[in-house]
Amino acid sequence: MVERSGSQRVFRTPGFGAVASTTSQVDELPLRRSEDIVRMRQVVRERAVRLGFGLVDQTKIVTAASELARNALVYGGGGVVEVADLSAGARNGLRLTFVDRGPGIDDIQQALKDGFTSGTGLGLGLGGARRLASDFAIESSPDSGTRVTIVRWR
Amino acid sequence: MDRIPILKMGEYLLVTIQVDMHDQLALQLQDDLTQRISRESASGVLIDISSLDVVDSFIGRMIANISAMARVLDAQTVVTGMRPAVAITLVELGMSLEGVHTALNVERGMALLRRKVAASGG
Repeated sequence: MVERSGSQRVFRTPGFGAVASTTSQVDELPLRRSEDIVRMRQVVRERAVRLGFGLVDQTKIVTAASELARNALVYGGGGVVEVADLSAGARNGLRLTFVDRGPGIDDIQQALKDGFTSGTGLGLGLGGARRLASDFAIESSPDSGTRVTIVRWR
Repeated sequence: MDRIPILKMGEYLLVTIQVDMHDQLALQLQDDLTQRISRESASGVLIDISSLDVVDSFIGRMIANISAMARVLDAQTVVTGMRPAVAITLVELGMSLEGVHTALNVERGMALLRRKVAASGG
């Protein structure tokens, strides 16, 4: 469910943040031009390989990252992505946080539906990225823009 | 400005995508291919994506668009070499590329393209 407080809207998948984990290797990459998305895909792929992700898991997180990076660029007017390694006991994960200072998303529930788009896309970006990730969270407000976080556990 | 090369072989156009395309490059390929189909009166297009380790919704849409535009221009399109991990991810993303003909490799793709072109009366 989407929670609202003031102009802030928050949606999290049930498992989001449920696992206590430690964070390491935090990097930040710019998302200003479409070439930045290509660079980011390479970085996310390298990190997923290093964490021991299988080929399908690598492909899923890189694809989800590509969708969210394009959203930040097209709808948010550009932004940054933070890439972080997570570890929780014997499990490794990759956390990606996309931050833009765009106009925000008024109706998150609607934006998560397949086929919904306010731009020229197919409307698969947010809903698709949610399906490809293990955990997914989105916080949005017209004052501060949009922050989407995904985690994929190995 | 870099471009994806388009090769002509008889009545067919061949494209091998070997780089991770940024969005403008994908749009450029879509435009270039549509122009070439018309200019060369091509009856078939083969696009090999065996080098691509990611196909997101943007590239997926480009593939679907090329196939649809080619059909309107009386040409058939076959996409070859999609990696299994890419296929799994595309379907989970919500893109099943309906209406796009696919083949496992270039050899099978050419055979399929010839049959499609023959069946369409080309």
